[in-house]
Amino acid sequence: MSPEVLAFAVAVPLLGALLAVIAVARRGSETAASPLLNRVGLVTATLTTLVIAAVTASVWQRGTLRLEIGGWGAPLGIALQADGLSAAMCVMANLVALGISVYATGYFKSPDKALQFWPLWLLLWAALNGLFLAADLFNLYVMLELLGLTAAALGALTGSRDAVSANLRYLLVGLLGSMTYLLGVALLYTAYGSMDIGLLGDALQTPDPIDATALVLMTAGLALKAALFPLHFWLPPAHANAPAPVSAALSALVVKAAFYLILRLWLDLFAPLATPGASQVLGLLGASAIVWGSWRALRAERLKLLAAYSTVAQIGYLFLFFPLLAAMPDGPGRDNLIAALVLMALSHGFAKSGLFLAAGLVQQHAGHDRIDELGGTAQTLPAATFAIALAGSSLIGLPPSGSFIGKWLLMQGALETGQWWWVVVAVIGTLLAGAYVFRVLSHAFGLEPTPIRFITDARAEVPALMLALISVAALGLAAGPLWTLLGFDAGGDA
Amino acid sequence: MTAQFLYGGTGMLLFVLGIWSFLVHEPLVRKLIALNIMGGGVFHVLIAIAYRGDDTAPDPVPHALVLTGIVVAVSATALALALGRRLDELKLRDGPDADSPAPQADPSARPDKRAGGHVDVA
Repeated sequence: MSPEVLAFAVAVPLLGALLAVIAVARRGSETAASPLLNRVGLVTATLTTLVIAAVTASVWQRGTLRLEIGGWGAPLGIALQADGLSAAMCVMANLVALGISVYATGYFKSPDKALQFWPLWLLLWAALNGLFLAADLFNLYVMLELLGLTAAALGALTGSRDAVSANLRYLLVGLLGSMTYLLGVALLYTAYGSMDIGLLGDALQTPDPIDATALVLMTAGLALKAALFPLHFWLPPAHANAPAPVSAALSALVVKAAFYLILRLWLDLFAPLATPGASQVLGLLGASAIVWGSWRALRAERLKLLAAYSTVAQIGYLFLFFPLLAAMPDGPGRDNLIAALVLMALSHGFAKSGLFLAAGLVQQHAGHDRIDELGGTAQTLPAATFAIALAGSSLIGLPPSGSFIGKWLLMQGALETGQWWWVVVAVIGTLLAGAYVFRVLSHAFGLEPTPIRFITDARAEVPALMLALISVAALGLAAGPLWTLLGFDAGGDA
Repeated sequence: MTAQFLYGGTGMLLFVLGIWSFLVHEPLVRKLIALNIMGGGVFHVLIAIAYRGDDTAPDPVPHALVLTGIVVAVSATALALALGRRLDELKLRDGPDADSPAPQADPSARPDKRAGGHVDVA
């Protein structure tokens, strides 16, 4: 596979977004354009996912793919690059996005909403792929901004007052975050005259105050976008008030993109600066996020708000890995930790998107998503309830889900590096997650007549089920390939 | 060299002022102005680092970055203003949540009814 395929990962959804706009203009009326738009959206979604499958297959067989766009080399040009980490994130993001696209064809009842959804959604998809594949810091900034703009516009799609005000706040906070990130980029360019992550990583061997300032600025800006406690305040209202397919994308993918960038910076760029002291701060914030987010999820009255607070908590787990990585010497133990971290991020992506899609269907059928009044959902919507339960088991970290293996390796790493207190946090978070998941299920399984049929709305329930199933079965029972993709010894000594 | 430090230092100062103003002021328009001042600060720094002495042409890369940054800042400001106007309209109507069209990214698509929406977003 030639590296040119990388360009298509961004170009295909971008072209799809343009086509969607043209389709609306050519059909004239909104009602006439709606079926055509769904078709354009689905074809684009399938093609993009196939491109990413090709990219991943190539990374799997031959290692890192790199494309210098237009033949312009590193200091001046823009490069796209796919290594194991970006390929793994891309596969998760594109499968989730495909599921969301199928779901969206049936979700929007009024044609004008579908009209506004598709161009923005495909643009968001292009930004996501661009972000995971970008090899230089400025390109990452542009993709971050594109992601933030489309995400805020999509989140406000319902047009309700809560949604507009929550997403306006999300937009402003996102801008604050990316401006802070950009100042960090400017400082690094001042010091080293390059934006390329690889070149900068090589240059940045002996840390000085400018590097430390850049690290703090960039990490703080991105932590704001990744909703790391206590910078998470914007997330619950924005995610809970968006339309269901958008909530799924925001919680599973958009937040994860900012996190991916922090991970990339700490692993590849600022490795000499990632001292145990600095990463203890991230771990501490992560631990607070787990406890606070899980507690608020337990107290939430609405299903979508519960899912949003659970995202705050699950992001916290990802940051618990940083102090462990800083204390762990290079070797299979550290490889296992990185793979476990990626595995948890992927599992959460699938589980949370499945949960939000299923919650959206429950909300549409019941007319509300108040948890206390969900009695009988298991009878009226058996497949959606099953999806919620599957996703929930992955959020708790029950075997055989991917996050079970992730949490297991997290605790193992914490004990091996003598940081037992993170184990306590993980256990508390797991218990709280169990409590909030079973609280939903206990209401959903109220006594009602037996179900008439398992699948109620195939277009909505099949994607939700598939995503939740991947998070439990595919990532849990067959997690080995992830180690190969990331370039580590398969399975390690886990 | 002095001029370069003057520009860079001013940029940092503007960035800090912007953050301060963003955090302490409630109305949307003031927050947006604060964000744009922050952005102006970052662009100042980028322009200052492009300087390579009086005899050498400046480094074109930071200039290209500033141009891209300005485009992004303008689009973001436009979207925030459009959302703010939408919120204003909903507040005036005070109520019905559903069945209203979503905000548009292009503020020029709507005729200007009121000037300057002061909106609480915090």
